[in-house]
Amino acid sequence: MSDRKSDLPGGRFVRWLNQDQDVLERQMIAAQNREPDSDEEMEEAWRRERFLEDQKEEEVVASRLEALNERKVPVIGRVVYMLGCMLICIAMIMLLLYTVTTLPGFGGEIDPAQNEVPRRYIEQGLQETGALNIVTGMILDYRAFDTLGESTVLFAAAMVVLFLLRLDPESNRYSTLAASIREEPYADTFYEPKNDSILQHTAKILTPVAFLLGIYVVLNGHLTPGGGFSGGAIVGAGLVLHVTAFGFEDIRRFFTYRTYQRTVVTALLTYAFSKTYSFYTGANGIESIIPLGMPGAILSGGLILLLNICVGFIVTCTVYVLYAVFRKGDV
Amino acid sequence: MTLVQNFPALCILLTLVCAVLTSVLKRRSAAVVTGMVLVINLVLNIMALMYTLKTGESYVYRMGHFPAPWGNELRVGVLETGTASVLLLVVLLSYLGAYRRSMQKIEPTKYNLYGVMVDLCVLSLQALIYTNDLFTAYVFLEISTLAASGLIMAKQTGRSLVAGVRYMIMNLLGSSLFLLGVVILYSITGHLLMTPIHDAVAQLAASGEYQIPLDVTVALISVGLGMKSAMYPFEKWVPAAYSNSTATSSALLSSVVSKGYIFLLIKIYVRTIGMPVIESLGITDVIFVFGAAGMIVGSVAALRVRTVRMMIAYSSVAQIGYIFLAIGLGTMEGMMVALWHLLAHAATKSMLFISSAEMDEASGGTHLRKDVQGAFYRSPLAAFAFSLGAANLVGLPLLSVFVTKFMLGQTAVAVGGRHMAATLICLTISTLLNLGYFMSTAMSLYVHDGETGSRRKPDHLVRLSLAGFLALNLVLGFCAAPVYQTLLSGFAVFG
Repeated sequence: MSDRKSDLPGGRFVRWLNQDQDVLERQMIAAQNREPDSDEEMEEAWRRERFLEDQKEEEVVASRLEALNERKVPVIGRVVYMLGCMLICIAMIMLLLYTVTTLPGFGGEIDPAQNEVPRRYIEQGLQETGALNIVTGMILDYRAFDTLGESTVLFAAAMVVLFLLRLDPESNRYSTLAASIREEPYADTFYEPKNDSILQHTAKILTPVAFLLGIYVVLNGHLTPGGGFSGGAIVGAGLVLHVTAFGFEDIRRFFTYRTYQRTVVTALLTYAFSKTYSFYTGANGIESIIPLGMPGAILSGGLILLLNICVGFIVTCTVYVLYAVFRKGDV
Repeated sequence: MTLVQNFPALCILLTLVCAVLTSVLKRRSAAVVTGMVLVINLVLNIMALMYTLKTGESYVYRMGHFPAPWGNELRVGVLETGTASVLLLVVLLSYLGAYRRSMQKIEPTKYNLYGVMVDLCVLSLQALIYTNDLFTAYVFLEISTLAASGLIMAKQTGRSLVAGVRYMIMNLLGSSLFLLGVVILYSITGHLLMTPIHDAVAQLAASGEYQIPLDVTVALISVGLGMKSAMYPFEKWVPAAYSNSTATSSALLSSVVSKGYIFLLIKIYVRTIGMPVIESLGITDVIFVFGAAGMIVGSVAALRVRTVRMMIAYSSVAQIGYIFLAIGLGTMEGMMVALWHLLAHAATKSMLFISSAEMDEASGGTHLRKDVQGAFYRSPLAAFAFSLGAANLVGLPLLSVFVTKFMLGQTAVAVGGRHMAATLICLTISTLLNLGYFMSTAMSLYVHDGETGSRRKPDHLVRLSLAGFLALNLVLGFCAAPVYQTLLSGFAVFG
């Protein structure tokens, strides 16, 4: 057998001349191909195999896509396609504009939207919700279920983005996408200035102001214009400004992925449980024990203040997390 | 108000709480919590179904201390609880049936987030089914879109990312058209609650006021929801999304997510706008044409593809075409047939996805149609489930889709005229095409070509799920008459 021959002195040289496999190499291949010992190792090997298969398939798809892009589409076809798109868009725009002209005038005398619904909000909103700001009373008391849904939309958006873009320490093993991003870490921040002193000085002044203003807007949501959504966006903007100026190392001292998880889970659960109580008592005709308080005082409006704080936390965290994950794949 | 009447609202809130909790749990506990949520939701919905069956009426559940139209409300009847129960059972079985296999395609650190997506799908499904408010429907439509695109992109391969982005674009366009429709409807009626809109629209239709905005709003809502539920010609996202995601994802998307949108559309037609107005606007004829075209085009495309999952995906387009054809007939009976087919298709399609994934696994991990030949000898239960699903979709008597086809024909004959001719012709062609691709694949499963490969023993979760699917489909088929009658009684108090 040729194997026997290659083990003789000089056999390796002959094999090397013949450009055959090296013995050392063969041993390595044998080590790689050996039967895995435990279940876990088997799973690991299976996964790696799948990953390599996926990667191979990706390459095939990419090359096919390249070929497709290089293919010459007839000019006439492209022109017809573009014209068709434009025609449909223009027709849609004209149709919608024309529809708008036929709608009842906004706030006019014969506006069907001026019915008993807004009338009760305006006339009895203060007594029924205890909130000076009717809009807050509307979204957090009359229609609190919708707002709970909207907070969940924010939660869902953050979850999907984390699902797709978050790079865990071990995630580069199985996901092609993660692997390719790992190869060029911080590619998107490469050209950005680091430790820019103008930005840092501005941020030093602006960030506390943004935090204070945001917290004020959240806490006074039931008294003055604003509320959890707008206040939370302001605080979130402050966080984004801070991280842009001082970098992720600095913000990690007080805001990590764990902080995000704890805050959002606590806020959403508080919202859900307090509203479950309120929905349950409301639907079953049980008197709610939550006092409305003196309208105009900071502690008034029943659950509204608490809900505003919850929404504020959710919005703040979502704004910051979306920024952080899109920028570097982690919080 | 009895305790049972609280269950639909409690289910929605419970799912939300568990979705939030799942996001911070570890792998195994996240999977267990998600499974538990599905089971609890199913049980509570079945109890609510029992209650509504006993009273025979639908009731309004006020979300909070203020009655609608000032606050939000849910409306619960036999039809809603029945649909929710069947679809939740389908979700549970799909989740169990492909859980292991789906998880192998996902990064281990993100298992819990996959559970969150499943929870959010279930949450939005129930909210869409029970809500009586158009704006609430829009909010949960958004959650559903986000969760579904997360489910598609879960594998994070190039193909699934492209499919997810395409799904996202088409669905966001659909959502925004729906939102525009809701806004216009609000500005001409002054309401977001479905029941008062019905009265206001009837008044507008009688007086002839705001005819153009009414036309436009119905068109926008129909096209928006049609886009989201894969109505032809807006179905371009379907094949990639269904065939490149994990098996659980495709089963959930095809049988639950898109069905929630269709249920909402039927609710808007029947309860919100009202069938007489819908008929006078002529929108049903357009939907009829789209449905008929979808039936044919989907089936022809399914004939030509090479992979089993692609074939099932295109067959979804055809089956959704059946639903829209039934809606397009423009009668209450047509709506009822659409609702029936919604359930029948959900139960069958998810079984096909799960069983084909199992067969692919047994046949060496390929997806090609020619490679599943002889799969019966490798994985008998999956092959049997697949062939039963295929036979069902072709329209074998005693099974659920046969009832659809029969009732569709009957309704079309009652409508008469061109609708009847078109329906019968399309039904015939579509059935023949179904025979062409489904039966050829299903029969090849039993071809013994000498060496069939080793027999694969599915794990007990898969066996449980496939057995559940078989039972569900057989019950829907054999007990079609009582189930149909129950739904019909629910439909009477639906509008």
